[in-house]
Amino acid sequence: MSVDLAASGLASIVPALPRGVRLRFDESRQQWFLLGPERVFEPDDTAAEILRLIDGTRSVEAIAQDLAGKFEADPAEIAADVMAFLRDLAGQRMIDL
Amino acid sequence: MSRAETLNRPASTHPLPPPPMGLLAELTHRCALRCPYCSNPLELDRRDRELPTAVWKRLLDEAAALGILHVYFSGGEPMLRPDIAELVAHARDVGLYTNMITSGVGFQPAALDAVAEAGLDHIQLSIQAMDAETCDRVGGYAGAWQRKHMVAADIARLGLRLTVNAVIHRENAHQTKDFVQLAEDWGAARIEIAHVQYYGWGIVNRARLMPTRQQVERAMADVEEARARTAGRLVIDCVLPDYYARYPKACMGGWGARLMNISPAGVALPCHAAQTIPGLAFDTVQERSLSDIWYHGAAFNAFRGTDWMQEPCRSCARKDLDFGGCRCQAMALAGDASATDPACSLSPLHKQIVALAEAEAASHRSDFIYRGFQGAPKPQAERQMVPLQADRP
Repeated sequence: MSVDLAASGLASIVPALPRGVRLRFDESRQQWFLLGPERVFEPDDTAAEILRLIDGTRSVEAIAQDLAGKFEADPAEIAADVMAFLRDLAGQRMIDL
Repeated sequence: MSRAETLNRPASTHPLPPPPMGLLAELTHRCALRCPYCSNPLELDRRDRELPTAVWKRLLDEAAALGILHVYFSGGEPMLRPDIAELVAHARDVGLYTNMITSGVGFQPAALDAVAEAGLDHIQLSIQAMDAETCDRVGGYAGAWQRKHMVAADIARLGLRLTVNAVIHRENAHQTKDFVQLAEDWGAARIEIAHVQYYGWGIVNRARLMPTRQQVERAMADVEEARARTAGRLVIDCVLPDYYARYPKACMGGWGARLMNISPAGVALPCHAAQTIPGLAFDTVQERSLSDIWYHGAAFNAFRGTDWMQEPCRSCARKDLDFGGCRCQAMALAGDASATDPACSLSPLHKQIVALAEAEAASHRSDFIYRGFQGAPKPQAERQMVPLQADRP
């Protein structure tokens, strides 16, 4: 699958962690957690990479470009995966899109 | 295996469990409301027994070091503690996710500003019914309805993440949809539709609270409809009423598996109601560290794993899913904390429990025995309840 990343509109979508949701690294378990109301998400390595890039200023496109560089993958494909992941979290009110 | 052997089994037979996820910090048993289903014990800790600020701060340090992620400031009414903002700030400083479980009643609005400023992550505000008269009568406090609406407005002004807590029973089960609408109106991101669990004051008032099976089914259908309608906007978590259930709840996610509960006086408990189980030795935070209690405390190890189980749990395919249900409910209803929770349809007592629930639901009693420091008459002794001959396997 290949989409035109520039034309996808993902440059205008800027994900942010809402108030009441926090990403933290737990030293005792040596892993990342996304914490929200009565929720403890244990992201896998890829998901943790995405979440760590969310700062309320980076767009989905920028996040995808960053990850594509890191994993030597197609940015458009990565962007689609990132968007699917973020939509799922947004549906659970764990992220704002 | 006899109960005594179960309880006295050395802790060393267990592999160490993973660290706990949550700490329920019951800062006080004081509360302006007097809800007849309160999960607090019948014998409440008075103010002069409450742990001081310095001890709670030490416990928050120990909790973070132990690997606890969430702290739930609860009670009683945690906002009645003059040090509440200080404790929230300290919990944030050590990296804990901070939850406040409040009635909204009995404190000044400025206290809410202070905990928001201290970095509170999430607040849970209770509402007792969707009409002012029932709301105030269930809480035993005139003006609670109006006060809660004011607090909800303050929470919205402060931008705090809000969950609405609705405890469901016979008198408000028909209002399930209205509770969801209220959560939307208040700008909540989440609502708990939590059917009463019959422990503590709840079991004393069971005949006054137990819904009919038809009410429960209707309420569950209302939840499903609301979930579809509010998908993506509102998270609806539902705690089921278990007397009518087919299988019991996985109480606390397993005994000593996920949560630690500290009473106002500093007793460390595997759950709210654990002190109703005779023969368990509970540690206090004055004597041992949270880590030592979690990993090596006798009470926390009493029902870990599955070795303590009897039949039908022992050979059940679901034993690692629901852990035989709730130990405190097994104690209350079967008179044996290591029995199968009678909420389970595989329990030899289940038919009797369902019949009891149906009879109580039809009783039309509404003379609540309100929660208070005066205590309550002990719940009716159901310990004589024995399996019906026809139900024996």
